Amino acid sequence: MGKSSLLWRRAAVIQAVRRFFQEHAYLEVDTPVRLPCLIPEAYIEPEEASGWYLQTSPEICMKRLLSAGIPRLFQICKCFRRHERGARHLPEFTMLEWYRSEADYTDLMTECEALFAFLAEAQDQREVVVGEGRVGLAAPWERLTVAEAFSRFAPIPLAEAMAQGLFDEIFIQHVEPRLGWERPCLLHDYPAAMGALARLRADNLEVAERFELYVGGLELANGFSELTDADEQRARLLADQATIRTQGREPGPMPERFLTDLANLPRSAGIALGLDRLVMLFTGAQSIDRVVAFTPDSL
Amino acid sequence: MYNASDLRKGLKIMIDGDPYIINEFEFNKPGKGQAHYRCKMRNLTTGNSAERTYRSGDKFEPAPLEERTMQFLYSQGSEFHFMDTKDFEQIVLDAGHLGDNAHFLVDNMEVEVLFFKGQPMDVTLPIFVNLTVTQADPWAKGDTSGTDTKPVTVETGYILQVPPFVSEGDRIQIDTRTGTYVTRVK
Repeated sequence: MGKSSLLWRRAAVIQAVRRFFQEHAYLEVDTPVRLPCLIPEAYIEPEEASGWYLQTSPEICMKRLLSAGIPRLFQICKCFRRHERGARHLPEFTMLEWYRSEADYTDLMTECEALFAFLAEAQDQREVVVGEGRVGLAAPWERLTVAEAFSRFAPIPLAEAMAQGLFDEIFIQHVEPRLGWERPCLLHDYPAAMGALARLRADNLEVAERFELYVGGLELANGFSELTDADEQRARLLADQATIRTQGREPGPMPERFLTDLANLPRSAGIALGLDRLVMLFTGAQSIDRVVAFTPDSL
Repeated sequence: MYNASDLRKGLKIMIDGDPYIINEFEFNKPGKGQAHYRCKMRNLTTGNSAERTYRSGDKFEPAPLEERTMQFLYSQGSEFHFMDTKDFEQIVLDAGHLGDNAHFLVDNMEVEVLFFKGQPMDVTLPIFVNLTVTQADPWAKGDTSGTDTKPVTVETGYILQVPPFVSEGDRIQIDTRTGTYVTRVK
């Protein structure tokens, strides 16, 4: 497929995504991309912009709108993450993010199935091609806990990988490449230490209500039941800031207004999905470079 | 000192006391996890290949290589002969040390020869080289079968994909970093 056909397909996917959320009563928002403070994340390096930062995700502004009483909202926007460049990464990429009140992460998993069913219908495409494989998109998808995925695919169990600080290594090498080949895989229940902004499970404080979506080994989305406890959230952000300092980086200021507004955050769930990767999936493109108009190298 | 985020194809770094060049490079990172850099590398001293994965935070010493501008004279079997144009000193590099660079060497071409502790290890080529096409299938005008490239052989024996209008005897420019066609030259 040539560049022009790929850009037509990209536009068609984006238009179908918008229709899906409009039909499900979501408000489309466009919030500022340059912000005075971000959520500190241990392994995401923001781009500075005249003393402020380019967003690494739109979550601060979107959660503040959710706290202000908008029950369902979505956004398609640019995000910036320094040094992230590979066949599946661009330092400037397009994110689809959506939030829903009175919902938890299992509702979002189901909504992912519905979104893909809608896109499959709109694209007239029941399966996608990833490398040598074909993956059918029909629901129900596979739901696998992180612990189950490790016992199935990894050389050591999850607890041991965590204790040795080898989660990412083992995940990248043994687990991720094998997820979502028969049907899309919803990998859920991350160790509490990897909860980020997710609430812990009430019936099992060892795991966070967080999930990721994989199709043919490609990570597409990350969703949470949102943590609404501001003290707990502050403690986690401080821990992330400490990790950032151990890397010799200086974390930005704490997002105080976000933490204040967290008191009004309803029971809710949110998810971020890489839109460029979604287009890769529906076009069978092997490299993210193929599905964007320009890459940094071509500017 | 290099950081993991400086790693890229062609970078030369020291590992366990030996100079290595990175031949292939793959970036991977779970959305919220640590970045990993999988590198396929060649030990410049032994010519052996190795594969290693690094993560953000890892640091590397640049390989202390000395560069000398030399002229490529000729190849004989797997031996490639070069000469320093100032003092006329000649050196020999074997194909194992040159790797893919051997595809782009033509007689009298000026290159940078890399020395480690006085021993020649590899060459740095110009980014673009012009080579003559020695074998190409003719382009059937009006062929709209959909293929937009065809394979040709250049004077060094290297085979690459080019647009269909390139014919035997043409000079073409090749990007030595990727080994791909750039343009036809007069």
